[in-house]
Amino acid sequence: MADIDDRAWVATRKGLFELRRKAEGGWHVARVSFLAEPVSMVLPPGDDGRMLAALHLGHYGAKVHASDDAGETWREVATPVYPEQPPAAEGPAWKLEQVWALERRGATVWAGTLPGGLFRSADFGASWQLVEPLWHMPQRLEWFGGGADVPGIHSVCPYPGRDGEVLVGVSCGGAWATTDDAAHWQSRAAGMRAAYMPPEQAENPNTQDPHRIVRCAGAPDVLWCQHHNGIWRSADNASSWQEVTTAPVSNFGFAVAVHPRDPGTAWFVPAISDEKRVPVGAALVVNRTRDGGRTFETFRDGLPQTHCYDLVYRHGLDVAAGGTSLMMGSTSGGLWSSADGGAAWQALPARLPPIYAVRFG
Amino acid sequence: MPRVAFTPQLRRFIEAPEIESAALTLREALDDAFAANPTLRGYVLDDQGHLRANVVVFVDGRRSTDRVHLADPLRGDSRVYVLQALSGG
Repeated sequence: MADIDDRAWVATRKGLFELRRKAEGGWHVARVSFLAEPVSMVLPPGDDGRMLAALHLGHYGAKVHASDDAGETWREVATPVYPEQPPAAEGPAWKLEQVWALERRGATVWAGTLPGGLFRSADFGASWQLVEPLWHMPQRLEWFGGGADVPGIHSVCPYPGRDGEVLVGVSCGGAWATTDDAAHWQSRAAGMRAAYMPPEQAENPNTQDPHRIVRCAGAPDVLWCQHHNGIWRSADNASSWQEVTTAPVSNFGFAVAVHPRDPGTAWFVPAISDEKRVPVGAALVVNRTRDGGRTFETFRDGLPQTHCYDLVYRHGLDVAAGGTSLMMGSTSGGLWSSADGGAAWQALPARLPPIYAVRFG
Repeated sequence: MPRVAFTPQLRRFIEAPEIESAALTLREALDDAFAANPTLRGYVLDDQGHLRANVVVFVDGRRSTDRVHLADPLRGDSRVYVLQALSGG
């Protein structure tokens, strides 16, 4: 099996691309699966070689495929299915629109979905169960769409070493966490501020739009959030969030990656603003902090600096387990890698379809 | 007996051969197809058993409009085509 830092997966509008690091540096496309089909998310293989891919078929709905040999062969497995909707049920239709997040912790696979349901599988996708306590919370009915017509769970952050503790990020519904294996859920978005809401609702945790939340594996009480209108950080396991206002270029964006061991190091890919989702000055940059957000560096080396309109979406940036390799892909199909912690970047010599997700592993 | 045919576009995901059914309604005919091929159900119907938004069904040349109940009556010689709508994808 490949070293996990030497393989990456790129889920795109038209297929799943497996990338391998070249001996001389840079990356190449080693395999394409599901060519021409939309792949909304991929779960990279573990030590056992098992992995999952979520398709978002335009006519036939979301599907899940599994591989037992690290992507060499695939078979369709069960699709998460919402239960029968009671006639009086409020909120979005109980219909799976898209699998937006896939995470694995031990024997459990979590699937975050649009329209806001969290599913779990104990048999690697052979069957799925809706996490009913989260779905039936009355507060869920206050959630609303962010980037889609319906709410969605895009971030699933298990707490390393604590069975049954998971935090999810919801657009738009803030962050919610369980410590008892999904039986009960608590809002964990205190401190965030929603500039797009009426003033009296701006600090309501349940109206927040965290575009992406990531947890530091080596210091799991620290989480970073690229929010709809800024950057937030928590150092107390999301009990409170503090806004980080020092990011240069722009504090708007979708993606965030955190160093796997150093909780003070995180990367962001800024865009102009909510209403102008393109790079500032048509020049693609990456912001990195190494001191918990007190200061940032802005990196441009190897990234297009003229007439670039690429947007890196919420799952489009990842850092490898070693902490020095990064990769990011854009909705225009651009893909860049870094081998030095984000200071210098190299473009993949390919024109890929629009990129939904990039993951090492 | 009524016959139900599925778009060949489905073949890249799943086998969906034409079936014969003694059903009296579209819903019953589709259920017969799904009984022989359970995975096919999720390609044609959504979680609530409604016709997927970007799937279209023609019964004897007329587009079915009841996407919830699928109650279109079938004749003994009805021809049903389950196709992908050009709106989707």
